[in-house]
Amino acid sequence: MTTAPDKSPAPAAPDTSAASADALLVPVPDEDGAPFWEYAARGELRVQACTACGRLRFPPRPCCPHCRSFDSEWRRMSGRGRIWSYVRPHPPLLPAYAAQAPYNVILVELADAPHIRLAGNLVACADAPLDSVDTTRLRIGARVHVAFTETGGMTVPRWILEKP
Amino acid sequence: MAATLKDATAIVGIGQTAFAKRLPQSEKELACRAILAALADAGIDPGEVDAFSSYTMEETDEVEVAKAIGAGDVTFFSRIGYGGGGSCATVGHLAAAVATGQATVGVAWRSRKRGSGPRPWKNTAVQLPTPGQWTRPFGLLRPADEIGMLARRYMHEYGATRDHLFNVAMACRNRANENPAAMMYERPLTREMYMTSRMISDPLCLFDNCLETDGALACVIVSAERARDCRHKPVYVHSAAQGLPSQHHGMVNYWNDDPLSGPAWTAARHLWKQADFGPQDVDVAQIYDAFTPLIPLSLEGYGFCGRGEGAAFTEGGSLELGGRLPINTGGGGLSEAYVHGFNLINEGVKQLRGVSTAQVPDAATCLVTAGEGVPTSAILLRS
Repeated sequence: MTTAPDKSPAPAAPDTSAASADALLVPVPDEDGAPFWEYAARGELRVQACTACGRLRFPPRPCCPHCRSFDSEWRRMSGRGRIWSYVRPHPPLLPAYAAQAPYNVILVELADAPHIRLAGNLVACADAPLDSVDTTRLRIGARVHVAFTETGGMTVPRWILEKP
Repeated sequence: MAATLKDATAIVGIGQTAFAKRLPQSEKELACRAILAALADAGIDPGEVDAFSSYTMEETDEVEVAKAIGAGDVTFFSRIGYGGGGSCATVGHLAAAVATGQATVGVAWRSRKRGSGPRPWKNTAVQLPTPGQWTRPFGLLRPADEIGMLARRYMHEYGATRDHLFNVAMACRNRANENPAAMMYERPLTREMYMTSRMISDPLCLFDNCLETDGALACVIVSAERARDCRHKPVYVHSAAQGLPSQHHGMVNYWNDDPLSGPAWTAARHLWKQADFGPQDVDVAQIYDAFTPLIPLSLEGYGFCGRGEGAAFTEGGSLELGGRLPINTGGGGLSEAYVHGFNLINEGVKQLRGVSTAQVPDAATCLVTAGEGVPTSAILLRS
């Protein structure tokens, strides 16, 4: 049997992104998604809408899947929604996430557009860590509203229970 | 008359390497060993191979494989995307190529060192743009997290429990315990082990996740006419389908009207439309099991039960030998080996040859599916 050079196990979280290995990942916007993050930096939750037929779409993309128009605008959402589902990740995870594990990731169905379910984290307040809400408060159907926090130079949405 | 793939081609050879957490050989060598084993099983000289199909994630390309095994002039080669969603489409593409005269001897393969090699989700560089920008910063990092999200919702909507997921893990483990080639051959599972195991992405625990495996598999496809001259009883490709549903978003399928109706539903409609039989006539199924919740979702998608009934279907030993629908009779990705579902294809062939280590008596029809939750594929095999 020939012994080919073996692939060595993965080095601990090779990281070539803007963030360092011990920081949470920051969003890397593409051309279509960039406006979402620009509005987030202003504290606004906005979703792409077709200028021609008015329908909301997410994730953002170049043309409307319903009427095929390339004209779009960014419509401001109320920032309210309900938890549609959630997970609690445990290690093995990237280091910054392992440090807070088990934390929660929730999907929030937007009150203004229930078919759009944004991934995010339920936190005690905007700048609190990802494990700052007791797990007993995690419940499908719970009402939440958006808040914004800065991480790694980007502003990202977080979610807070309506009834804390 | 419209062209049809129905029974026009057959799988006539299967091959595999050992399965282990770590194998010393390179992925390329493992690929060549599996392919040559499959050709020897078929009784076909490697110089006759003129078609290849594999996954876009396969790292050994056709040029390397063809020159290493001494293939002839190759006139058809294809790659299918979306990880394990492509498994059955490798057979489907070759069946189409052979049935339409583009090639005569096709080889499908997958070689992977996922046991000792890197975990794809650890690569933060390549996965962050679309749609990663919408999920990964929030700690939805791994496939287990992404599927766990759908699993929790499924449990909430339909009253599915961890016991249902355990039924899936247990059926696969029981079959692996009968299969000397399986990584979990001598490793029985109990309900207590399952219920007390560590969580990976709550609600999914360790045993809801597939294995991490080094290994390779391959199979050989020729025309039905040629198949009659091969070494083994032909296993006919009765129907083949791919599925990318309208407004589907891949494994993060969170932004449409019904995230729980995955690509299985789309593939199934086309698969059954072309077939002479239906779900009730399937003797044994090999259902893609990177995660246990994919089984109830796939049982629903492929029509073995109604929407929301997949969890209940697993009760009463339904998935075990002698049950309503024995599944993953080699142990599947959960307990035999996780090689992006290719072992499910070869196990389907073994069942219809009558040589499985967990043989379903007189099995004559087998459904094999690829990864649910991503653009997928499926084949119906018959003897």
